[in-house]
Amino acid sequence: MNTKHAEIVVTGPKDTDEFIKGLWAQNPVFVQVLGMCPTLAVTNTATNALTMGLATAFVLLMSNIMVSSLRRVIPKQVRIASYIAIIATFVTAVDYIIQAINLELHKSLGAFVSLIVVNCLILGRAEAFASKNNIKSSIYDALGMGLGFTLALLCLGVVREILGSGTFFNLMVTPTNFEKWVIMLLPSGGFFVLALWMLVINRLKQRRQEAKD
Amino acid sequence: MTEQSLWSIFISASLINNFVLAYFLGICPFLGVSGKFTTATRMGLAVTFVMLIASVCAYGINILLTLINAPYLQLISYIVVIASTVQIVEMFIKKVSPALFRTLGIFLPLITTNCAILGLALFQTNRGYDLIQSIVFALGAGLGFTLALILMAGIREKLELAEVPNIAQGTAVSLIIAGILSLTFMGFAGLGS
Repeated sequence: MNTKHAEIVVTGPKDTDEFIKGLWAQNPVFVQVLGMCPTLAVTNTATNALTMGLATAFVLLMSNIMVSSLRRVIPKQVRIASYIAIIATFVTAVDYIIQAINLELHKSLGAFVSLIVVNCLILGRAEAFASKNNIKSSIYDALGMGLGFTLALLCLGVVREILGSGTFFNLMVTPTNFEKWVIMLLPSGGFFVLALWMLVINRLKQRRQEAKD
Repeated sequence: MTEQSLWSIFISASLINNFVLAYFLGICPFLGVSGKFTTATRMGLAVTFVMLIASVCAYGINILLTLINAPYLQLISYIVVIASTVQIVEMFIKKVSPALFRTLGIFLPLITTNCAILGLALFQTNRGYDLIQSIVFALGAGLGFTLALILMAGIREKLELAEVPNIAQGTAVSLIIAGILSLTFMGFAGLGS
């Protein structure tokens, strides 16, 4: 039953489509509204946003590969628990890797690296895609979704960092007399910037719709 | 530990560093289930309840992991133990008090993967709270979550009567409201400490 379903899906869209859909049509943050916690919490600087995005993308890729290759072994009844165990293993690894590479960065991200475990995006892809598709398309799916997530985080991080501290990846970009918008670094700034990006994207979609009509 | 520090943990967790509005934990249910007032209240209570259980569990696990010297198992054991405990508690409530089960029922399994729960467990471990402090912390965080959810639900019920521009409908307008709420909660920053 399971394998039959898998074959139907595989013969459907091409692998490149699986990759591209994560970037725009099904962007995890702007369209599916998944994984909001890290999106808002660690995007106060572009560096944090990029690290978080790449860490999540890595966990997503590894867990998609594992789930997809084990999809015929894992019994249906305990699948969610098994997925969580797989995800938690990779998150622990990423947590230690970041700690080894850059301790300061690890401190500024705090508990949010560990919290990738409960990012609904990863469990969502495992359940909705990797458990039903072969390894190759699961890799493309994970790369697309991971990249889409990273880009979305960067969109927020760059705006918040430039307006909030006048820097871009820690480089000064604004004139010295630039009045910094402290609110951008505060939690509420995260909500506002994400809302603004959503407005922009909704407007773009609306315009495309109008052009079609 | 003195009375004062317990009180400040409570105030800090519920108001100053509100889980939803300052730490962004549990945003998914915050945006998803805050449409109706009654649902929001029940969800908040369920989360508070699970937080209390998770907090005690996490405290126990942490002692055990320190004993066998395996800190790298922290994350995986937290999430597995919390998920299974919630499952057992759910069955227990169903048997003992059907009325309570109807109130919390559907939300219990959902909130196991709510990042606020795991976040709470990780925070209390990082800060080295003892058992009583952990329980107070969980209670404060849960009630803070409930408060944010109820406030949001109240505003969104009113919002249904307002004219929202087409492009701002749905998530965008909820996020703007959340931003304003978060600003409001900044006002509590002077409390406690």
